[in-house]
Amino acid sequence: METRKIEGTKTFNARSFFFQWEWLLIALFIIINIFNSGISPYYLQLDTFTDAPMSFLDKAFMVMPMAFVLLLGEIDISVGSTVALSSVLMAISYNAGLPMSLAIVLCLLVGTACGLINGLLLAKFKELPSMIVTLATMTIYRGIALIILKDQASGGFPKWFNFLGWGYVGPIPLMMIMFIIFAVAFGILLHKTSFGRQLYGMGNNLKACQYSGIKTSRNKILVYTMLGLMAGVTAVFLTSRMGSTRPNVASGYELEVIAMAVLGGFSTSGGKGNMVGAIIAAFVIGFLRYGLGLINVSSQVILIVVGLLLIGSVLAANFKPGGKKKSAQKGT
Amino acid sequence: MNNTEKKKSRDMASFREIGLLLFIVLISIIIEVRNPSYLTVENFMDLLTNTSILGILAVGMMMILLTGGIDLSIGAVVALSGMTASIAVSKVPSLNPIICILIGCGVGLAAGVINGFFVAKCKILPIIATLGMMNVFRGLTYIVSGGKWVSAYQMSDNFKAIGTTKVLGINILIIMAIVIFVIFYYFINFTRTGRYIYAVGSNPVSAEITGINKTKVLWLTYSLMGIISGFAGVLWVSKFASAQGDTASGYEMNVIAACVLGGVSVSGGNGKVSGLLLGTLLLGILNNALPLINVSTFWQNFIQGAVILFAIIMNAMVKRRADQANLRRRKI
Amino acid sequence: MSEYILELKGISKYFPGVKALDNVHFQLKPGEIHALMGENGAGKSTFIKVITGVHKPEEGEIYFEGQKVEFKNTNDAQALGIAAIYQHTTGYPDLSVTENMFLGHEKIDPKTKRLLWKQMNEEAQKLLDELGASFNAKMRMDALSVAQQQMVEIAKALSTNARVLIMDEPTAALSNRECEELYKIALKLRDDGVAIIFISHRMEDMYRLASTVTVFRDSKYIGTWDVDKISNEDLIVAMVGREINQLFPKKEIKIGEEVLRLEKLSQTGHFADISFSVHKGEIVALTGLVGAGRTEVCEAIFGIAPIDSGKVFLNGQEMHIKHPSEAIAAGIGLLPEDRQAQGLVLNWEISKNITLLNLNKYTKNGFYNVKKENEESKILSEKLDIKTPSIFTSADSLSGGNQQKIVVAKMLTADMKVIILDEPTKGVDVGAKAAIYEIIGALAESGYGIIMISSEMPEVLGMSDTIVVMKDGRITATMATPTVTQEDILHASMLVDTNQN
Repeated sequence: METRKIEGTKTFNARSFFFQWEWLLIALFIIINIFNSGISPYYLQLDTFTDAPMSFLDKAFMVMPMAFVLLLGEIDISVGSTVALSSVLMAISYNAGLPMSLAIVLCLLVGTACGLINGLLLAKFKELPSMIVTLATMTIYRGIALIILKDQASGGFPKWFNFLGWGYVGPIPLMMIMFIIFAVAFGILLHKTSFGRQLYGMGNNLKACQYSGIKTSRNKILVYTMLGLMAGVTAVFLTSRMGSTRPNVASGYELEVIAMAVLGGFSTSGGKGNMVGAIIAAFVIGFLRYGLGLINVSSQVILIVVGLLLIGSVLAANFKPGGKKKSAQKGT
Repeated sequence: MNNTEKKKSRDMASFREIGLLLFIVLISIIIEVRNPSYLTVENFMDLLTNTSILGILAVGMMMILLTGGIDLSIGAVVALSGMTASIAVSKVPSLNPIICILIGCGVGLAAGVINGFFVAKCKILPIIATLGMMNVFRGLTYIVSGGKWVSAYQMSDNFKAIGTTKVLGINILIIMAIVIFVIFYYFINFTRTGRYIYAVGSNPVSAEITGINKTKVLWLTYSLMGIISGFAGVLWVSKFASAQGDTASGYEMNVIAACVLGGVSVSGGNGKVSGLLLGTLLLGILNNALPLINVSTFWQNFIQGAVILFAIIMNAMVKRRADQANLRRRKI
Repeated sequence: MSEYILELKGISKYFPGVKALDNVHFQLKPGEIHALMGENGAGKSTFIKVITGVHKPEEGEIYFEGQKVEFKNTNDAQALGIAAIYQHTTGYPDLSVTENMFLGHEKIDPKTKRLLWKQMNEEAQKLLDELGASFNAKMRMDALSVAQQQMVEIAKALSTNARVLIMDEPTAALSNRECEELYKIALKLRDDGVAIIFISHRMEDMYRLASTVTVFRDSKYIGTWDVDKISNEDLIVAMVGREINQLFPKKEIKIGEEVLRLEKLSQTGHFADISFSVHKGEIVALTGLVGAGRTEVCEAIFGIAPIDSGKVFLNGQEMHIKHPSEAIAAGIGLLPEDRQAQGLVLNWEISKNITLLNLNKYTKNGFYNVKKENEESKILSEKLDIKTPSIFTSADSLSGGNQQKIVVAKMLTADMKVIILDEPTKGVDVGAKAAIYEIIGALAESGYGIIMISSEMPEVLGMSDTIVVMKDGRITATMATPTVTQEDILHASMLVDTNQN
């Protein structure tokens, strides 16, 4: 019998390349900047583009691993609380005598631990939805921070610590450099390694991955732990910028981070999304907020805007070409 | 199914209720020992009054959990409706209390309808939609109040009486809660729409194609939660004679805790009113009793989170044990 | 008055990019059992959805008792007395049997709109008893077995006074005994005047029940015949479009040394004392009634579920496999029972599906080599003759048989010693079945040890060298195939344990 010839190389399809979501996000970014420059005549300077990101880059560190979580079809709303707890523990341990560098390490460890706990709980109790488990841990982590620091503040960090959040390396802020490094790392992890392929598989059909020998529990734990670690990173930069910390910091962070990831194309049903999109979306939302800050919008109104942004991102993602994924074979 | 099997499955359901009852008794004993002022009529009336609002909100939340959804915005809706009603009465002191209640319910209904629109029509995940709207409603509360509180002297006596009058020596809130529970019991067990709420949570896919209008049921559920939250909002600000921007902030955790303690499944389709009643009572006792034994309010978050986590893990373990027992019963 | 209770003329239904139904016709007489046959993807399911009001056809007309009708939704169809039961239950697991039966047409007090539970429970029980069901109507749906749930579906159809009952692959998940019960019910319904449209892959179902058969192929109407006036071969030709000779490949395979041995394997509540062995080049058929525990045994070997006691030996070495990744690394592969839910990522292209089993092979220094993935999947796809223009076609656009081939290709990316196939031809059309049998034969020839779980007698007898029969979690017989008849197998499948009752 003659063997049928099958096409084996992918040809470049111009139409599908240019119809991608990421171009839309770039367009959105440009529109926002046009809008912002209309508000302030000094807007269009290089300074702006290195200063503005400082206002949102701290939480942007969490966007990449949150994208992983969404890719799996899960969610994590405890990240804000993790940031708070890590920050609080860093502050009091430093003030109790621990050297600052070790306090920073502690901060990262606490964040990692919080993420690890989430991951272990979800892996051990597969029947529990991530929504409710992370809701519980969100309350618990914030609760621990409140027990420790009550309504006090803690700070008094050494000068060099402030450099982390405020410092520049040449013309570029340190935070920006760190962010780029992490963004590229996560991007490569997602798009160029087998780990990333496994995550996409899990998001599209968890059962099929299990039957193909993919270590799904291990991957899930890893993803949540990564998110916890990056929450620790956020805590370091956030605390550095604020100079001190309280138990109620980073409240609402989960909202913005999820909004950034969803707007970036990571649908809440899982299985799709591109890291480039998430990063552009982070900048879109970040610059939008920055622009609102320029016209002195009150923090309460910003609350409203961010809330609407989150919902808007999901709606937009549902209507993009290719639309809402018809039926992600969720499996359990 | 033979009689032993029937009995065993019924036992599983009442197992939880007996457990809750025992726990209530146990905890009460412990607290009474630490602080004898616990088991006084005065304290109990106080406990029941405070728990009434929790119970009223829990009824609404149970309906939402039954459909497999969640509503994180209820605290904000309580605040918004309470604030609106308070401002109305502070501007028009002669306002009839019934009108005040209607205003609150109206605001709540609007909020619920919006939530329902996003969840039912736009098919946005409930956690995302209500997380976003929570911020919007909270922001609106601040805007409506102009950043100011409405305090007792600005409220008419009639208004304050809404939450404080006694009928036959019993606080009116307790009576309202009982009435609402009774109505709810009838609704969820003896009307078609009530049963459809269970159905939608039990098999959302089927509900979509068969005679049930899933969109309508979901929309209704969130709208009802809205009215209930609105109602509770007026009761709240009246009882505490104060309306603030951060009223009921985080209260949704309390409500969810009451529901999961009462055995309402977070994945939908399961839950009994009797369980809800006991779960609410138990949580009410915890809230009342902890200050009595000198547990500071800063522990509240942690305890709520721990209770939720404990309850859902317990639910999962109980179900696993039951499944294992079923397997062992099979003679191979 | 038309002689037909239901008639469909010139029905066409389009979905984006695909014509699911192309000018099909159908005529159903009252009190008739009419079989609808055709390969997977022929359009039968879509057709049923048109009749029940789920889909609206773009072209064509529907006549009920001679009157033209249009269905806006399922309620319209249901109101006329058209009901359907499907292979996968569409019930509500947390609700009671009574509730499931009456959903959509509950009994309510006319004045207060209160649900009348007492009446509904009584009537539900009555219907169940009439069908010979032995369970209580107040039970939760998820406490029932698949067969019992199906009975509820039938009772539900009856409670809506169904005039036309559609049964879509009702026998697929039933044991032989449960099939007999279903046949009895179907015949009784027919005698009561209900018209039945019966869809099934099994010829036996058709011969036992139907008087008329209609065939669809590739979304088109092929023809309608009296069941006793068309030969088996002609029917297959109508369904497939070509003649199928020699379904099973001729085997002359040398059986080598033992490659897998199970000793007293047990898992609480699922199986106990399972012992058999597989040799190189040997095909062991694992058969028995549905629910006998065959899939559970194989999933335990593969590491999906834990083994409570017993030993597994691979090439003489004892294995402690706790996770599928360990099984695959050791050389054991599993083709799962439900290829769509367990075997494939339907959204993905063929190439990505094929490599999913052995991603490490295509990873170097942590980086994934897409080029290598493309090359190898092209080779494998051509080797297995998967009918697709490109390896980048997404898996969900392929037919059942070709999808199964993708899963087989997956298996071939790793060094396997034992391959377990769970119902490899379930839901696969006759044409692709032959291709799969050839592949299995070739695998055996290459020296793999093969376990084939199957419920189809011809397949078991035609393909295997050894037959292991299971019943209720235990092995009842191990036989060498050449010496065995169908009766032997059935007997072993249904052996009544003298210790019970």
